[in-house]
Amino acid sequence: MTITWLLLIPFLGGLLAWQMERAGRDAPRHIALACTVLMVAFSAGIWLGGDFSYGPGEHPWLVEEQAPWIDRLGITFHLALDGLGLVMIVLTGILGAVAVLASWKEVTHRTGLFHLNLMWTLAGVVGVFLAVDLFLFFVFWEVMLVPMYFLITVWGRDVAGGLTRAQAATKFMIYTQAAGLLMLLSILGLVLAHVDATGVLTFGLDDLRNTPMSPTVAYVLMLGFFIAFAVKLPVVPLHGWLADTHAASPTAGSVDITGLLLKTAAFGLLRFALPLFPEASRDFAYIAMALGVVTIVYGGVLAFAQTHTKRLIAYASLSHMGFVLIGIYAANVLAIQGVVILMLAGALSTAALFVIAGQVFERTGSFDTATLGGLWARMALIPPFALFFAAATLGLPGLGNFVGEFLVLFGAWQVDPALTAAACIGLVLAAVYALALLHRVFYGPAKAEGALAGADVREAAVLFVLAILLVLLGLYPQPVLDMSDSLATRIAGAVAVASP
Amino acid sequence: MINNDSLIALLPQLVSSALVIVVMMLIAIRRNYNLVAGVTVVGLAATLATIPWASQVAPQTATALFIVDGMSLFYTGLILAAAIGSTLLLWTYMENAAGNREEVFLLLTLSVNGALLLVTARHMASLFVALELMSVPLYGMAGYLFTQRRSLESATKYLVLSAAATSVMLFGMAFLYAQSGRLDFGGVAALFTSGHGLDAFLAQAGLVLLIAGLAFKLSLAPFHQWTLDVYDGAPAPVGAFLATVGKVAVVAVLLRLLQMGGVFGANGEYPAGPAYSLLNVLAVVAVLSILAGNLLALRQESLKRLLAASSIAHFGYLLVAIVAGGVFANEAAGMYLTAYVFTSLGAFGVISVLSQAGDGRDADTLAAVRGLGRRSPLLALALSVMLLSLAGIPLTAGFIGKFYVLAAGMAAGLWWLLGAVVIGSALGLYFYLRVIAAIYAPAEGEPVRVAHGIATLTVILALVTVLVIGVWPQPLAHTLYFAPIAQVP
Repeated sequence: MTITWLLLIPFLGGLLAWQMERAGRDAPRHIALACTVLMVAFSAGIWLGGDFSYGPGEHPWLVEEQAPWIDRLGITFHLALDGLGLVMIVLTGILGAVAVLASWKEVTHRTGLFHLNLMWTLAGVVGVFLAVDLFLFFVFWEVMLVPMYFLITVWGRDVAGGLTRAQAATKFMIYTQAAGLLMLLSILGLVLAHVDATGVLTFGLDDLRNTPMSPTVAYVLMLGFFIAFAVKLPVVPLHGWLADTHAASPTAGSVDITGLLLKTAAFGLLRFALPLFPEASRDFAYIAMALGVVTIVYGGVLAFAQTHTKRLIAYASLSHMGFVLIGIYAANVLAIQGVVILMLAGALSTAALFVIAGQVFERTGSFDTATLGGLWARMALIPPFALFFAAATLGLPGLGNFVGEFLVLFGAWQVDPALTAAACIGLVLAAVYALALLHRVFYGPAKAEGALAGADVREAAVLFVLAILLVLLGLYPQPVLDMSDSLATRIAGAVAVASP
Repeated sequence: MINNDSLIALLPQLVSSALVIVVMMLIAIRRNYNLVAGVTVVGLAATLATIPWASQVAPQTATALFIVDGMSLFYTGLILAAAIGSTLLLWTYMENAAGNREEVFLLLTLSVNGALLLVTARHMASLFVALELMSVPLYGMAGYLFTQRRSLESATKYLVLSAAATSVMLFGMAFLYAQSGRLDFGGVAALFTSGHGLDAFLAQAGLVLLIAGLAFKLSLAPFHQWTLDVYDGAPAPVGAFLATVGKVAVVAVLLRLLQMGGVFGANGEYPAGPAYSLLNVLAVVAVLSILAGNLLALRQESLKRLLAASSIAHFGYLLVAIVAGGVFANEAAGMYLTAYVFTSLGAFGVISVLSQAGDGRDADTLAAVRGLGRRSPLLALALSVMLLSLAGIPLTAGFIGKFYVLAAGMAAGLWWLLGAVVIGSALGLYFYLRVIAAIYAPAEGEPVRVAHGIATLTVILALVTVLVIGVWPQPLAHTLYFAPIAQVP
């Protein structure tokens, strides 16, 4: 019953928050905050109490739970936790708390329902990190989008001259659901191949590994998984939903999308696509890494061209996900370790930038860089934080992003030096767009007179905690590396065995 | 011929026939709206309660005309559940209608009786009589509010087109009879398997015409033109009845016809020969239905028209499982239909709760549900869940149904059909989400007041069923596994 609680806390907490709106408009916020703190405490407890020193090839799960579900189809309710999953769940809790705090003033109507949706999104994300039955995984993968859809469509913002929030949310859903169906077909294909080979009908991840099938079949099935994950990661050219969705979404939604939903895609590649299809992934690696380079450059260039702060940050995160993709398909221990750090650091720094964009909007009523500018002198505390997180985004040594990018490039160099060199363009672009963001919003001549309110205690605390975590990750990443070591070794081993 | 066991096997059909007479007598003696409605519900529930007895003697061939097996009993239960739901919706809906209100329940019981006979048919004669017994009362039900032009138009259109479809079907039966000299499904099967003295063209034409007649009832493309107008004009609870009872029985007889009539072989494999080409026809029909239904639904402003168009697509998805064939196809079809029935019941139920027979037009426009999230959180939740279920989002019954269909299609390697399903689902999301966005859009309005709670109760029951099937489908999957079509010659 232990790890099921990781799911139940946000699920039940959401219901409670929803009902407690009767007790006052702010009651749901406190309940939701308490739930996220509880999630962090709970998962940190497992982290401290767990032993992650098991080697490759042994039983891969730290804790697992299994209950019968749909016997007719060989589907079980099977949850399991490994080091990477645990790290991601801690991150989920932290960003959940950030989302609650960031929306404290922004969301003022139907707060109960808002926090219900927010908590259920978290529950879905946690489910993705825990599920090791492919059917169960797919259920969480799809279901977490529904509360996200409601967050955008009910509490989002219509963009002048762009899509309305309902249109943006619908676009997001159609992209991800259509790609999801392709993955469902791949899952079914894999299960049927397993039935053909062994006569056993099962959706269990552990059973389906090493399913014998022809290379062509494996390649096609792997593509189904890859496309579904690539839409959510996102990878150019499947990124069409990203900027519109961010622009229309409330701050909490943006934090959740970049911080969590995008990371579920990278996580899915690591947990499902590579271990299930090591040979096919090996064959596909060059294309995937090339797509990663395209994503880095394309995201970087487009980020620079944006005039809407949230769209700029969205494209910046797209560029970062290119590094993640390269690292995953480089598939050696160094690169995968780097991916894990980069996922965490990217989530924290991008979330912080979205929170800042939201705070600036609350004060100036604008996301448009044409009307912003010169804010450094007009508000306290927020601009220095912005400088800090922009520096993190551009990969300043000493902060988490640098460690991640460094490890990824180090690992990728061993696989393909040419592509790695091309990916380094991204580092230059990152400096350009991060400083451009700062320059357009905070420097230059002020567009209006009068001081604006600085960060209050709540706002400053959120940014402060995120900053501390980034510094810790940059200076002492070893605890996280220990957590993901066994996974990285296992994947690298599987892919290395598969390579000719 | 008729013995004790076959009488027991036909208990549901017998009890439902008795119910027709009881309802008719009640109306003749003294008009009492609530009494007639109540007796109808109790009678249908009693019919449902006879299924366990019947299942003890199944599979059972009862006369040359009927067969009772696991599949017929499953669909009997599903039809009765849908009929009870529709009756409860009608009860509230017709409360303040002008004129004679009681006869609508007589029509409903007659139609149910036809549907129950149809799922047991194993002979062209019983197929035809049962199909007409089911359909003819539907014209009356669709046009029941005949003072409203739209309702009357709906009934007339349905009547004329349905009559044309029926004659096409009879023509097909005549072709098959001319070739085989027999009218029972087994005889037709013998025609195709032996191939002795067979005029392949006439036999195929006969089968295609027969299927075309059934496809009309299922509103599969290209026989779908009537659907939008008929659903639109018919009163909402009648729409629920039409979309559930009327469809389930036809799918059941189609499955039996294909399986016993020699299109599928004994173990669900496709035999070579003339019957095989029919599967290609069905595959084309499936793709056309999926595309036509979803494209038609894209710009609808009326919820009833939207549900009608989406039903075209949904029966296209169902056809994918049928084309896939095999033992699993029957399970997949059963699962998909069950999900579709409860979802439709819930969706039409919400429209029905919002509308009243005396009000003129039903509250089924996008404008009518705008801001429903504030005016009635419960109905808004129910309608949203139903739409998500139609879209096939996990944790709803619709997803489990779609999962079964995809699994069946995948196992048979029907790549083109699966591609159509994926495209159709993406299109479908667009218009289902459009309605959901309207429901939760900020809009002012009076809170919804409901005449009395019976219809709301139906909606809640449908909502719970859709969620329970979505979360815990094992009992239903288990039941379907043990409800195969009997292989009796």
